[in-house]
Amino acid sequence: MNALERHRKLTAIWASEPGWRGWFSTVNHTDLGRMFLVTAFFFFIIGGLLAMLIRAQLATPQSAFAGPEIYNQIFTMHGTIMMFLFAIPTFEGLAIYLLPKLLGTRDLAFPRLTAYGFWCYVFGGTMLLVAMVLGIAPDGGWFMYPPLSGPLYSPGINTDFWLIGITFVEISAIAAAVEITVSILKYRAPGMSLDKMPIFAWYALITALMILTGFPPLILGSILLEVERAFGLPFFQAELGGDSLLWQHLFWLFGHPEVYIIFLPAAGVISTVLPVMCRTTLLGYGWIVAAAVSLAFLSFGLWVHHMFTTGIPHMGLAFFSAASTLVAVPTGVQIFAWIGTIWKGRPELRLPMLHILGFFATFVIGGLTGVMVAVVPFDWQAHDTAFITAHLHYVLFGGFVFPIFAGVYYWLPHFTGRRRFFHLGELAFALVFIGFHVTFLAMHWVGLLGQRRRIPTYAPEDGWTAINLISSVGSFVLAIGIGMILIDVILHALTAARGRRNPWRAGTLEWAMITPPPAYNLASLPHVTSREPLTQEPDLAVRLARGEGYLATPRHGWRETLTVDVASGRPDMHVLYPTNTLLPIIMSAVTGVFFLSLLLKFYWTVPLAVAGVAYLAWRWVWVLGRKEDLDALPMGHGITLLNAAMTDHSPGWWGTVFLLTANATFFGSLLFGFAFLWTVAPGWPPPAWFVASPVELGFGILGAALGCFAIGHAIVVNRRNGSPLPGLVLTLAGALAVAVACAAMMARTPSPEAHAYGATLFVLGSYGLFHAVLGALMASFLIARVLQGFTSPMRRAEFTIVGLWVGYLSVVGTLVLLAGHLPGLAS
Amino acid sequence: MLASAALIFGLVMVLLVLAFRRRKGPGDEPQQVRIWIIGLGLVFPMSVLAALLVYGLAIGERLLPREGDDVARVGAEGRRWVWTFSYEDAPGRTTQDILHIPAGRPVDVAITTADVIHSFWVPRLAGKLDAIPGRVNTLRIEADAPGTYAGVSAEFSGAGYDRFTFSVTAHDAAGWDAFLKGDTE
Ligand code: HEM
Ligand SMILES: [Cu+2]
Repeated sequence: MNALERHRKLTAIWASEPGWRGWFSTVNHTDLGRMFLVTAFFFFIIGGLLAMLIRAQLATPQSAFAGPEIYNQIFTMHGTIMMFLFAIPTFEGLAIYLLPKLLGTRDLAFPRLTAYGFWCYVFGGTMLLVAMVLGIAPDGGWFMYPPLSGPLYSPGINTDFWLIGITFVEISAIAAAVEITVSILKYRAPGMSLDKMPIFAWYALITALMILTGFPPLILGSILLEVERAFGLPFFQAELGGDSLLWQHLFWLFGHPEVYIIFLPAAGVISTVLPVMCRTTLLGYGWIVAAAVSLAFLSFGLWVHHMFTTGIPHMGLAFFSAASTLVAVPTGVQIFAWIGTIWKGRPELRLPMLHILGFFATFVIGGLTGVMVAVVPFDWQAHDTAFITAHLHYVLFGGFVFPIFAGVYYWLPHFTGRRRFFHLGELAFALVFIGFHVTFLAMHWVGLLGQRRRIPTYAPEDGWTAINLISSVGSFVLAIGIGMILIDVILHALTAARGRRNPWRAGTLEWAMITPPPAYNLASLPHVTSREPLTQEPDLAVRLARGEGYLATPRHGWRETLTVDVASGRPDMHVLYPTNTLLPIIMSAVTGVFFLSLLLKFYWTVPLAVAGVAYLAWRWVWVLGRKEDLDALPMGHGITLLNAAMTDHSPGWWGTVFLLTANATFFGSLLFGFAFLWTVAPGWPPPAWFVASPVELGFGILGAALGCFAIGHAIVVNRRNGSPLPGLVLTLAGALAVAVACAAMMARTPSPEAHAYGATLFVLGSYGLFHAVLGALMASFLIARVLQGFTSPMRRAEFTIVGLWVGYLSVVGTLVLLAGHLPGLAS
Repeated sequence: MLASAALIFGLVMVLLVLAFRRRKGPGDEPQQVRIWIIGLGLVFPMSVLAALLVYGLAIGERLLPREGDDVARVGAEGRRWVWTFSYEDAPGRTTQDILHIPAGRPVDVAITTADVIHSFWVPRLAGKLDAIPGRVNTLRIEADAPGTYAGVSAEFSGAGYDRFTFSVTAHDAAGWDAFLKGDTE
């Protein structure tokens, strides 16, 4: 087979469907990565227009441009859109597009999940846009502090749009994070051990793990606040045993890591692009990885610095202040490693490099003002002034937007296969750079003069008029610059001439393919022996196209790839991907119905939507799998591999591990909230305690133990060629017992609307009940699979996955029941 | 603080510019790692931060309320969008949007809220401290001289937030006595 034939055959297998239908049924990461990026930039434009409205309003004193009701919506939506609908999805899109290419494989781990996440993002984002168009957008500021955002002081639907819409979008972040983590750990070219991974993959891995542990507290907080608003269960009302500070803890437990979730991918772009611009390799690869990891860990210990003015005890202030300044160290390591890289090489002032220099100038200032506000006495003055808004834009624009622009210009030839022709970009960069600094230096200044953030207007006597006008003029220069970048990119995509392959002479694998990239990425998979395979073998692209790598021969119309051992990069499984399907978009639409019903309080459609999602999820898994065993198949170069369905630790197992990591963080945050309210909130003890029942407790714990034991039994028996059915039936029984015990606890919880104690207990009970029902469904699914002949001693991957879920259920079910019953039994 | 920040920024910029002017950086790779990563990346920030921390804690310590017998105690209750002030030395007496205090004496302000979160901030007298539902936060302020000091609420509280301001009037000893007796409005 020659290269052209191979290309045709692979394209036939991997291409999305022709016509408009292809947009909705595609599960290909290149398509979805592009769709993510385009949508995210669309939201960037919207967020930017809102920023222009803000600056127009603040340009003159006593502006009558927008009243406070509208202005509050504008800045809340600006912050919300930029953080949730632009920054995070841009990372997801970039990672989804690039990772399989950088890692030398054909797609991400769970293609349908990519699509599901994308559509959840689109539908959730649309909900927020609709709210904005109708003038009922959220207006409580992007961190939505209760009680201002609670039922008493924000009775309208505005806040619900935020809580429900953002939670919907968050699903896509969690989905993408699971996907990215598993893809990086398992889906790499043979030979690519962890230390040979391109640096961007390290950053993406760390970021994804941070999303999995950083987002659950916010999701929990949003659910609790929405439950308080919709059903009157108090969590944040001081009179009823709640505490508004609980929200602040949950929000910033997410919010601080969020800043690094935004910065780290951008740092990954810099670490990738900068060495290429300097014709050298990255200085201190290992140090940079270590710095990024420590930044990730540190960032989870700093959230309290957003709460320095809430009356935290002095010792706490000192600790969190010290810890906050400490992040400057790993950040410093990265900055100086990059500067050292420039010194090491021969820098060329090409367009991506300009944006990287813009990053340096801006981000360093943002970091320095950040260290300043970490000093408590300074923060007591600066907090909630324009100084803070200016600081956060130096960090976010400097640390994210400039690097992303660098990345856009760097990978643009890859996206389009064209050569840059119009040279609008240099001028645009100058406008953006100057406009940005004028806007936000002025805001630092006016903040030090005492201008608060989030005020719709000010008086001429305040003496801020000139500075604000300067700032607004700067912001319009900035906007023109961004507009020019947009035009430059569009012109490029539509009209520029075809470019040659690998125009930057980079060493990473994404350039080892034709551009724009074919649906299958690489005609055959390389064997990687260095961090920069293309530098080592400049003719690698041609050799792969000729089929000199792994999996060079398309067979049976399969979309196939292989996975590797996490650390060493030794090939370990053969993977067959699902193909184009409408299932993801349908499932996210039904998920949307669920959220929309909650939003509009159409409660009778909620159970329908839940049933719909459950049914679709069932089908989702059902359509995979086969009724006969597959032999180990040749992968090329003399390697044969077993199919993933015939292993214990299949990709699905890995995905479950990381999904459960996020889930456990969610549960941990819930327990934290319970303990926090119990010990810190005013308004305790509650009027009535839950009456413990040793019988219910014992019944539930026995059920949990039974489920755990029985699924383990089923796994072992199945492998030994026996019938797993008895074990599975007992698993089902165990899960149902936990469900009964949790339901009983919920039914007997003392009036959940009257006190935070009952409310929290009720939520804990529902969490246990939900997982018990899920466990029961999974056990039933496996029983059906066994009966239909989809499993065998070889085809056993589904058993271990259910094993993980049931094991998790046993742990959380027991903890939930103990949390309810134990205090009563102890006293 | 601002000066040292400017210095560090200047250093980074100079290093960047020099990178473009020099033909080749010094030394081999391990040596570069020592210079850039260990020297500039680790040791340098750590020493700057250590200095900063000592400085910050020292200032923080000075701002800490200390017991004394001449402390005047007042209350400040935020409600959208008025502040109501009460006085321990004049029970039952309240004022709205003007807080009266004695000059030259430490004053403890007990900050509370009747609805959402607010923040009590008189920039020239002290940093800000929040009013949190269900809690009392105490802020120590002290005006060196009699006069009027502008104050604002510094936590977003909805549509009337921008107009949510107040002022502090510091009296000399005689004026303060007069106020407590009810002679001043
Ligand atoms: C395109 C240029 C941008 C301009 C001119 C701009 C301008 C502004 C201004 C003037 C405010 C202050 C609103 C107020 O306090 O009254 C603001 C708030 C904010 N901006 Fe931007 N911004 C820009 C880009 C971004 C980006 C890229 C991000 C994040 C990735 C971002 C995130 C935020 C956040 C989180 C807030 C706080 C919103 C709140 O207080 O609830 N902005 N922006
Ligand atoms: Cu932070």
